[in-house]
Amino acid sequence: MLLRLDNVDTYYGQIHILQGVSLEVNEGELVCLLGGNASGKSTTLKTIIGMVRPRRGAVQFAGEEVSGRPTSYRIGKGMAIVPENRRLFGPMSVKENLEMGAYLHGGGTKEDFERVYSLFPLLYERRRQLAGTLSGGEQQMAAMGRALMSRPKLLLMDEPSMGLAPILVERNFEIIKEVHESGVAILVVEQNANVSLSIADRGYVLQTGRIVLSGAASSLIKDEDLRKAYLGR
Amino acid sequence: MNWSLFFGELVSGLTLGSIYALIALGYTMVYGILKLLNFAHGDVYMVGAFVGFFVLKWLGGPLAPAVTGWLAVAIMFTVAMLACGALGVGIERFAYRPLRNAPRIAPLISALGVSIFLQNSALLLWGPQFRDYDTFDLVGVKSYHIGTNFFISNVQILTISVSIGLTILLALVISRTRTGKAMRATSFDRDAAEMMGISIDRVISFTFFLGSALAAAGGIMFGLVFGQIFSLMGFTAGLKGFTAAVVGGIGSIPGAVLGGFLIGLTEAFATGYLPGGSVYANLYVFALLIVMFLIRPTGLLGSPVIQKV
Ligand SMILES: Nc1ncnc2c1ncn2[C@@H]1O[C@H](COP(=O)(O)OP(=O)(O)OP(=O)(O)O)[C@@H](O)[C@H]1O
Ligand SMILES: [Mg+2]
Repeated sequence: MLLRLDNVDTYYGQIHILQGVSLEVNEGELVCLLGGNASGKSTTLKTIIGMVRPRRGAVQFAGEEVSGRPTSYRIGKGMAIVPENRRLFGPMSVKENLEMGAYLHGGGTKEDFERVYSLFPLLYERRRQLAGTLSGGEQQMAAMGRALMSRPKLLLMDEPSMGLAPILVERNFEIIKEVHESGVAILVVEQNANVSLSIADRGYVLQTGRIVLSGAASSLIKDEDLRKAYLGR
Repeated sequence: MNWSLFFGELVSGLTLGSIYALIALGYTMVYGILKLLNFAHGDVYMVGAFVGFFVLKWLGGPLAPAVTGWLAVAIMFTVAMLACGALGVGIERFAYRPLRNAPRIAPLISALGVSIFLQNSALLLWGPQFRDYDTFDLVGVKSYHIGTNFFISNVQILTISVSIGLTILLALVISRTRTGKAMRATSFDRDAAEMMGISIDRVISFTFFLGSALAAAGGIMFGLVFGQIFSLMGFTAGLKGFTAAVVGGIGSIPGAVLGGFLIGLTEAFATGYLPGGSVYANLYVFALLIVMFLIRPTGLLGSPVIQKV
């Protein structure tokens, strides 16, 4: 098992956000985490990567308890993230953004750049352009490329299709699939259940900080409760 | 037109501006990353001047330095910059880091506290009296003239060129090195930088190191140019460095340099040309700050708060 959350409780100050969240991602698996607005999806990813610390529960990554470790340690161990809203470094060039993705690997080897550029040829064309001037679709590619620069074992993605035109959403998921097929485990957070379940192995549904549903993607996609989970809020 | 007065003020403005630019760089870098006005910065500059002074003393003093005058100056710069770099890192570690998540007023007050602490420590340890750099004896000040009206001394050339050299070096560090890029990333979006695996603490320490080292260089330049230093020299210089950073656009590196030279030139030309200038030059300098606040609060090269993508 690559990632395991065991009964995680995360708070923002006094507010109890994640309540006993348990989930797993196996090596090479593509798992999606679904949930409506403010259900705690981003908080789950932040807990995994160490931007917030859980008050109780365990976060295990690659066979090690990491809940007391800083974010940089977890990135070094093989996590990478495409954060919500991409969070590119706007005043820096596309190439520099990619370098920051490989910060713990000396800024990236030639092979790292080649790998990312072959996945996103457009990024090569735009490499000298400031990231802040890219279009939405291009920014999504840059954010994904940046995360892949570190050769992660586990790629976390927070609503990668947010704000993209429908045609780009589809293209985006094709790329996610491609990355997954190259052997990277992926945990993707989405509000759009249909598209993400269609490519995922398994899925979890989060509702007000609790996992209310989980299972194989193929069965979730048919699940009546899933629709309820969304309509419920 | 009295050209020799004009060129005299020009050169002295550029010399002063070199010093202010170095101070302003530290202000602007720290602000860029922490959004903190590090009011102790001027006092780090003062400590730099004193470290330089004691290194000179240790080398045998300006009258009989153990090495040639210019080498002594180089050693003074090196030691003071390293020592103040370390001091800056220590100040951040103990006075600002514990307050990183506190309301923004808290580190500001802490900065004022550090400033008062450094000033009073200096008064206690080194007294209120002037200390002599004796630049004349140390390096043998020479004046070169071009034509009949343009004069510049070797110390002024040194000050201006070291300042420009350090600025270029800093620009290279920030634009080319991995740590420099991490500084830019951190100042744009600290959380995103952290999510890349960048250690924010280390980036902030490095920023304080660079800024404080530059301030120390400025302090020594002041000693060389004016021949004397004193415990409270950091106060006005800090204010002017701050003014320079704001006028140039706080957070902007080229802005700090531009602002520094602008303040230096304003001060020099006010001294030479404006009514009561020799007494009230500072008044004109700070008036510039107020005018800037009124017409362009973001400063000359400051960007209006960028919407984060
Ligand atoms: N820094 C914070 N401080 C306090 N409360 C927060 C903070 N961040 C998020 N919250 C709250 O925690 C809850 C879960 O937020 P979270 O961002 O994890 O939800 P989400 O499922 O990602 O939502 P969205 O679909 O809007 O991205 C929300 O009620 C939100 O208001
Ligand atoms: Mg979210």
